Amino acid sequence: MALGPFDYGVWIVSFVLEAFVVVCAFYRKTFLKYLSLNIYMACAALVTCGLYICIKTAGFTSPTYLYYYYYSDALLYILMYFVIIQLYQQVFHEMKVSRYIQGAAAGLLAVTALFSFLVVHQNKDHLTTRFVVELEQNLNFLGVVLVYLLWGAILKLRETRTRLIQLVLALGVYFSATAGIYALRNLFPGLETSLLRWLPPLLGTWLPFAWGYTFARVPEDAHLTPARLVAVKPR
Amino acid sequence: MIASLICVISVTAFLQFFVSYCRSALATSRKVVLSEHVQEITGIASSNVAATDFPRLVQLVRLCPERGADQNEIRAVGTYYRLLAAIGHLTSAVMPKLAAWTLQERRSCSYFAAVALDRRITYTRGLYTEQVADRI
Repeated sequence: MALGPFDYGVWIVSFVLEAFVVVCAFYRKTFLKYLSLNIYMACAALVTCGLYICIKTAGFTSPTYLYYYYYSDALLYILMYFVIIQLYQQVFHEMKVSRYIQGAAAGLLAVTALFSFLVVHQNKDHLTTRFVVELEQNLNFLGVVLVYLLWGAILKLRETRTRLIQLVLALGVYFSATAGIYALRNLFPGLETSLLRWLPPLLGTWLPFAWGYTFARVPEDAHLTPARLVAVKPR
Repeated sequence: MIASLICVISVTAFLQFFVSYCRSALATSRKVVLSEHVQEITGIASSNVAATDFPRLVQLVRLCPERGADQNEIRAVGTYYRLLAAIGHLTSAVMPKLAAWTLQERRSCSYFAAVALDRRITYTRGLYTEQVADRI
């Protein structure tokens, strides 16, 4: 399977947007405040460059590319958990429970790593792409659950910082869409060569775009009422 | 079985996050007062934007030069507008209150497009002024 202009276009857009997030956060003097998020974006940009180099040197169908893709993806997942932890810390900042959040997050990460190791260990004889799809689906679903809980906490604690709210919602959109796509790939493997081939790369541009937009447009001191954002069914 | 469950939950969560995200984008534009110039061009007042104005306003936005990353933002709100229009169309007979809510939301989408148009016009004017200044 050869890569076309669409794939290269999405790649370039992803890289530019990821770099834009970091530059914008630096320019707006919020680089340290959202350190994990910026580290994640910088690493995502580096991974995008690495993928390009891998394809150029080893080829798209080579094992080198395959290993690089899945290992870098796994590392980005770990970094993403740190982003979620930092967002939790920001929301629970006034409650002084940072230590407990860090402890709980470290525990969760350890359990996820152990679970993944056990699953990989049991499936090492038939470690196929189908298994990888299933594992990524589960990891993304865990992300959906964590972000959903965070969104619930935002509503409950009446958090009003627009920037924080938009960062969390963008993450929620990303995780839920990704988990849904992986679940669809699992349910309908036939779709993998058509619709589900185009959606994941396009979705990859969503997070850097939404975060970049938030850093560029939404001022740090902007506030809104989160209860107004929930689509409540009219009585 | 697990994949189906994850798929259903993810789609539900996605819709909820997407609607909330669009509403947060709309909420930030709601505080902006439309300039007299845009009110004159579009023939709409700040408090008088109709839900059906959205396509016309987006067409006007597209006539202006692109400004930064707002194209994707307009696209996301456009998707939200179409989703609301479909829900409103389907529920108008059965659930009139839900249809009324979608109408109100679509009005917010139109206002958002008007604010985007206002920003683009200001940007275009800035570009024009710069060019004139360069020539002088």
